[in-house]
Amino acid sequence: MPVTNVLIAGVGGQGAILASELLAMAAMAAGHDVKQGEFHGVAQRGGSVFSHVRFGARVYSPLAPRGRVDYLLALEKLEALRYAHFVKPDGTVLVNDHRVEPIRVADQRPYPENATDFLERQGCHVVVLEATRIALELGNHRAANVVLLGALSKSLDIPAKVWDATLGERVPERLLKLNRRAFAAGHAALAAQA
Amino acid sequence: MRLMSGNEAVARGAWEAGVAFAAGYPGTPSTEVLERLGTYDEVDAHWATNEKVAFEEAMGAALGGARSMATMKHVGLNVAADPFMVFPYAGTNAGFVALVADDPGMYSSQNEQDSRYFAKVAKVPILEPADAEEARRFAGQAFELSEHFRTPVMLRTTTRLAHTRSRVAPGERHEAARDPFSRRVSQYAIPVYARFRRVELEEKLARMRDFAEEFDGNVVEEGSAEIGVVTHGIPYQYVKEVCPDATVFKLGMPYPLPRRRLEEFCRRFETVFVVEESEGFIEQELASFGIHNVIGKERFTNIGELSVDRVAAGLIGEPVRADFSKDIAILPRPPVLCAGCPHRGVFSALKKLGALVTGDIGCYTLGCLPPYEAIHTTFCMGASIGNATGFNRAGEQQVVAVIGDSTFLHGGLPGLMSAVYNRVPTTMVLLDNGTTGMTGHQEHPGTGHTLKGDPASAVDYEALIRSVGVQHVNVVDPWDLEATERAIQAGLDHPGPAAIIARRHCRLLPVEKVEARIPYRVELHDCVLCEECMDSGCPALVWEDDGPHILEWECVGCSLCAQLCPADAIVAAEVA
Repeated sequence: MPVTNVLIAGVGGQGAILASELLAMAAMAAGHDVKQGEFHGVAQRGGSVFSHVRFGARVYSPLAPRGRVDYLLALEKLEALRYAHFVKPDGTVLVNDHRVEPIRVADQRPYPENATDFLERQGCHVVVLEATRIALELGNHRAANVVLLGALSKSLDIPAKVWDATLGERVPERLLKLNRRAFAAGHAALAAQA
Repeated sequence: MRLMSGNEAVARGAWEAGVAFAAGYPGTPSTEVLERLGTYDEVDAHWATNEKVAFEEAMGAALGGARSMATMKHVGLNVAADPFMVFPYAGTNAGFVALVADDPGMYSSQNEQDSRYFAKVAKVPILEPADAEEARRFAGQAFELSEHFRTPVMLRTTTRLAHTRSRVAPGERHEAARDPFSRRVSQYAIPVYARFRRVELEEKLARMRDFAEEFDGNVVEEGSAEIGVVTHGIPYQYVKEVCPDATVFKLGMPYPLPRRRLEEFCRRFETVFVVEESEGFIEQELASFGIHNVIGKERFTNIGELSVDRVAAGLIGEPVRADFSKDIAILPRPPVLCAGCPHRGVFSALKKLGALVTGDIGCYTLGCLPPYEAIHTTFCMGASIGNATGFNRAGEQQVVAVIGDSTFLHGGLPGLMSAVYNRVPTTMVLLDNGTTGMTGHQEHPGTGHTLKGDPASAVDYEALIRSVGVQHVNVVDPWDLEATERAIQAGLDHPGPAAIIARRHCRLLPVEKVEARIPYRVELHDCVLCEECMDSGCPALVWEDDGPHILEWECVGCSLCAQLCPADAIVAAEVA
């Protein structure tokens, strides 16, 4: 089986790393070789965060090469642009319709308003989801990561019961119900759009 | 099979090998190794004050007969260099492994540094795994190697290995037999004996070279007769991804190298690619063997981290795809101090005072970025105080050293004693947030808890600082802007050395440690749109079309923005 490459990007604190850990665990439980490589260390401090999840028969590099990512999950629109060059020519970008203004350091240009159009012009399939809004309606905006993961699960060949078991294994008991609902909501939201 | 990070796998492998004692100091990307070791009941693991202490503790435990490990990042080995260089002369008793994690790309470091050179200077063998499963296995083999040759062993990792999760087949723990210490002074003391040990060390190194020829972690994977590659660690994965058919010599032991096997390998190809991360260490060793049909650093840069893309460019000439920053405004997003971070008040005060500020290592290095730009130097653990003393001697009058609690205990105190002893009026702000923040909240001698969560004594900073001769010691709440500013100014005005302790817990600590507060809100009808509040750099504040807003779920109620507001337009939500 060829290697599937997923890149999850977001802002520190949004749960990009947890989402990628869940995906890696589910992929392993589904019988794949898997590697999940991430950038953290200052991840809790509002900076840009990314994590790669690669699975298939045999995975070598922890990070996917540029131009080879099948699915980019972006928890924030600017972060979708930051990692878009990793996406393969007909790859998919699942982007949360959510904006977090970065603290201005050197670059005084305005926040890019046309991220979705830009990504489409590069040949990506762009799917916009209001993951943060959906999560807020479920009771906690922090579950947006799992909403996006639920949406991604539509495209992956990982059985529903594996996902369910993975959530049960990794997510703390007090947050499990919320995360199960977030996952289902993401899955349903994508079904509604398709 | 279990999914484990490289760090977890190292800990697992050490545990399986019967490690009994482990010590370290937090440092990205090494931190989780000791944290994980601390979760095993059979392992006596603790945070030491710094890496030198950790190394010496683990060294003592190994001499005392217990398999032991010391953990650190690359710059931590600089701190531990003294024992690291002399230990090999004596040699160990029970197995001793130093876990050293390098950070190519400087994801969370002040420099890039290739620790393989350190091992060569110390004449210490290195094992370097290429994935988590190998990390587990090599951790065990490192202890065997250490006991076989009675030498300390370096287990080298990098950020990519340390923080990548992959499949691991965990095994059982095997308790190691304990070999008691024998008091042979001739092995452990003074130069007159060390001169004999010096000769023995060279003989030992020769035997380790022979071992490298046999070591099963040095593997040739046969493939194409045209393409030969020598590689190690994580770069091995890049090579396999780019050229799955190449014939690859994978070095699990990058020092000392298996010379005879490498000579034989390199004779088979017209040219051999040496793909290694950081410096051209293997390439230089090959050159010293007289092997010159090699392409190495001329194609694979020594700057930053390698990647599949960079290795593909070097091996097959494939261009590296650029990002889209030329086509659309991909604004940088650097990390920021959290909402309610107690450091923010200190930086607001320092900026206002306009002092020259020498910084140190921790979250507070972010104070060098806008909007504060209130830290002017950052080098290494504890440097702030010595640097401030030096600036003062060079004629700079308004100098403040800013240092965190964990960093002060690690390496700051000697600098403070030197300032006092030499009558230099150095002013120090100790940011006491009750934890080691940057690396993810590790305990330290000032927190009152051990790595395993047991209660411990906590350093009394006021008493400690007074005891070395600082007479002007002031404690202040950094959420109180005016008081913080006054305290720092008073410290600067004091004719002798002065210490200001800015004390408040890190906001990310568990809630029971951190006082809860009500969030604030902006009364827009009172707002004069001056943007003073935005200058706090707080991530809870966002500027919308009609003015500033506070994100309720981010705000922790520190009131700093309200203190900055000249129009009293920011109020506690409950009051409004």
